[in-house]
Amino acid sequence: MAMCIVVIAKENYPLYIRSTPTEYTLKFYYMVHTSLDVVDEISAMGKALVYQRELYLGLFYPTEDYKVYGYMTSSKVKFVMVVDSSNTALIFQKLHNSYTDVMCNPFYNPGDRIQSRAFDNTVTLMMIQVC
Amino acid sequence: MEASAGGGCGAGPPLLLSDGEQQCYSELFARCAGTVSGGPGSGPPEAARVAPGTTTTAAAGPVADLFRASQLPSETLHQITELCGAKRAGYFGPTQFYVALKLIAAAQSGLPVRTESIKCELPLPRFVMSKSDGERRIGNPAELLGTKVQIPYLTTEKNSFKRMDDEDKQQETQSPTMSPLASPPSSPPHYQRVSLSHGYSKLRSSTEQMHPAPYEARQPLGQSEGPSSGGPGSKPLRRQASLIRSFSVERELQDNSSNYLDEPWRITEEQREYYVNQFRSLQPDPSSFISGSVAKNFFTKSKLSIPELSYIWELSDADCDGALTLPEFCAAFHLIVARKNGYPLPEGLPPTLQPEYLQAAFPKPKWECALFDSYSESMSANQQPRDLNRMEKTSVKDMADFPAPTQDVTGDDKQALKSTGNEALSKDVSEDPAVNSGLLPPPPALPPRPYPSQSEPVSEGDLHPQLNRAPSQAAESSPAKKDAPHAQPPSKPIRRKFRPENQSTENQEPSTGGTASAATVKPHPTVHKQSSKQKKAIQTAIRKNKEANAVLARLNSELQQQLKEVHQERIALENQLEQLRPVTVL
Repeated sequence: MAMCIVVIAKENYPLYIRSTPTEYTLKFYYMVHTSLDVVDEISAMGKALVYQRELYLGLFYPTEDYKVYGYMTSSKVKFVMVVDSSNTALIFQKLHNSYTDVMCNPFYNPGDRIQSRAFDNTVTLMMIQVC
Repeated sequence: MEASAGGGCGAGPPLLLSDGEQQCYSELFARCAGTVSGGPGSGPPEAARVAPGTTTTAAAGPVADLFRASQLPSETLHQITELCGAKRAGYFGPTQFYVALKLIAAAQSGLPVRTESIKCELPLPRFVMSKSDGERRIGNPAELLGTKVQIPYLTTEKNSFKRMDDEDKQQETQSPTMSPLASPPSSPPHYQRVSLSHGYSKLRSSTEQMHPAPYEARQPLGQSEGPSSGGPGSKPLRRQASLIRSFSVERELQDNSSNYLDEPWRITEEQREYYVNQFRSLQPDPSSFISGSVAKNFFTKSKLSIPELSYIWELSDADCDGALTLPEFCAAFHLIVARKNGYPLPEGLPPTLQPEYLQAAFPKPKWECALFDSYSESMSANQQPRDLNRMEKTSVKDMADFPAPTQDVTGDDKQALKSTGNEALSKDVSEDPAVNSGLLPPPPALPPRPYPSQSEPVSEGDLHPQLNRAPSQAAESSPAKKDAPHAQPPSKPIRRKFRPENQSTENQEPSTGGTASAATVKPHPTVHKQSSKQKKAIQTAIRKNKEANAVLARLNSELQQQLKEVHQERIALENQLEQLRPVTVL
């Protein structure tokens, strides 16, 4: 099972990247990057910002079947996830909670890379669950 | 194949041990963790099965001896220690120990030291113990089975009894330098790893080990440790009970009366007092919080790296609210102290540093302001240090005053949130995280970089032994007062209160840490140039006020921004509500 989780800052640079099976890593990064455009499109449409939006890219890669999900927080921090299952709502919620905890740390400056072990553990848990 | 809960830690590879290996390893573990003399403590198979679920740890001394007895080269042993996770965890728990034994077996069979090696079948590790005690031949489980009383593991967990015999002492003294667990990056001198509390110092001087688990029952130490150790009355009890072969448990919650000093994560009374006083200097109300920014500035002075401080915060802020209550603050401070003394940070918050434990373990301290003053008053024989003290207190108070308004606001928010239980709800995906994260975390995350960078040079200048110049000493003395205590909490509390004078007395203390090396000031420059010192002090205060102003201004702007975003959110939500309303009405 392939999966990739990326946390992207407001300025569209990555704060945290984590992925499994490494041979697809580059592909994942590329997909995540292109999905940023879709994210901007959707947010420009004026829908509610905190709802998650699905970006289904099944046709892109007929051999592999995975979807790219996006989720944007109120401070324009995006979580993008490449999965091939669809248990995403819960995962995004947990990610968001974890991210909030990271933000609570006064030693964390917004815009820094996320180096919190708790966040790492949460992401690992996600990946293990899905896989 | 008996599967042991090697993966219980969550970080190590899953361990599969055969029966023979189980027995052997559990015995070895018991040997290292418990008493060793007079016949090995055997681990009955059922105990071994229970073992991984407990929180016992093996003492570094016997473990080190054991490893050396495996006759592997020391680099291999270091590798093994690293791989098994003891360095990360900071202690040899059952999991780490078993993994290490497996790795030793692998290494002895000629396999490379890797985690994959231990997945295959391996012979038992061989140890050659060249001790006078012939019973210590390991690798012979059958022989060891028939030994003494075998207590069900669970019950012995409750008893942290260790027996100290001469052989143990011998063993300890023979292993003074092998401390695979302690790998401080700054490599402080051995004596600096003195202790986290007064009582540790005796232990350290003889063994320099992180976990003097077998030592805590050592009689001469116990008596001299006084209030900070377990009550002497409990020791005879221990001796009697130690006749029963038992396994040591290090990380269990003990009540105050039996406060063992074997762990570095236990806060002693005087440490607690010190932490509480520091808390009070930042936040007069003991039942309230220290906001993140205040705490950040304070802990930054400890000179640890930001990632480490970030990790310490993560460990100690249990409720992740961006603020520290008193127990959380004590835990954080204690971790910082431990880190400065060279202990690696643990993977998780040790149970003795949990807020509930700390609150239960220690009663509320006295909160008279007079207490704080009385120390300095009584100790100060010199007028001038008293002035400096007052000056520092006023400046500190100014500092405390500035964050107080913001902190009150955030504190109120937090209290309101907590009391109404919204905090749990606030973790929901809907608008609450926005509100929650909007109000609470950004203020702590905000303290602008110029502030630490300004305060850093101030305290940096303090560190360097340029204190021959009296004016600079006066200026730096106030931040130095924070630095010196950071470096040397284990010293007597009275000393810390009287910091300016201590700066000269601490010079003679051989055990001052690196930061207190700054205190190599000579006594005589402190006497003259009073007026310039005062001027410098005033200037320092002015500078601090300016910095605080900058902090607040930035806080303000960030909060405004947050407010805007929240407004937008609100509008969006209201729109949604509008859209949904017709549906519900029908």
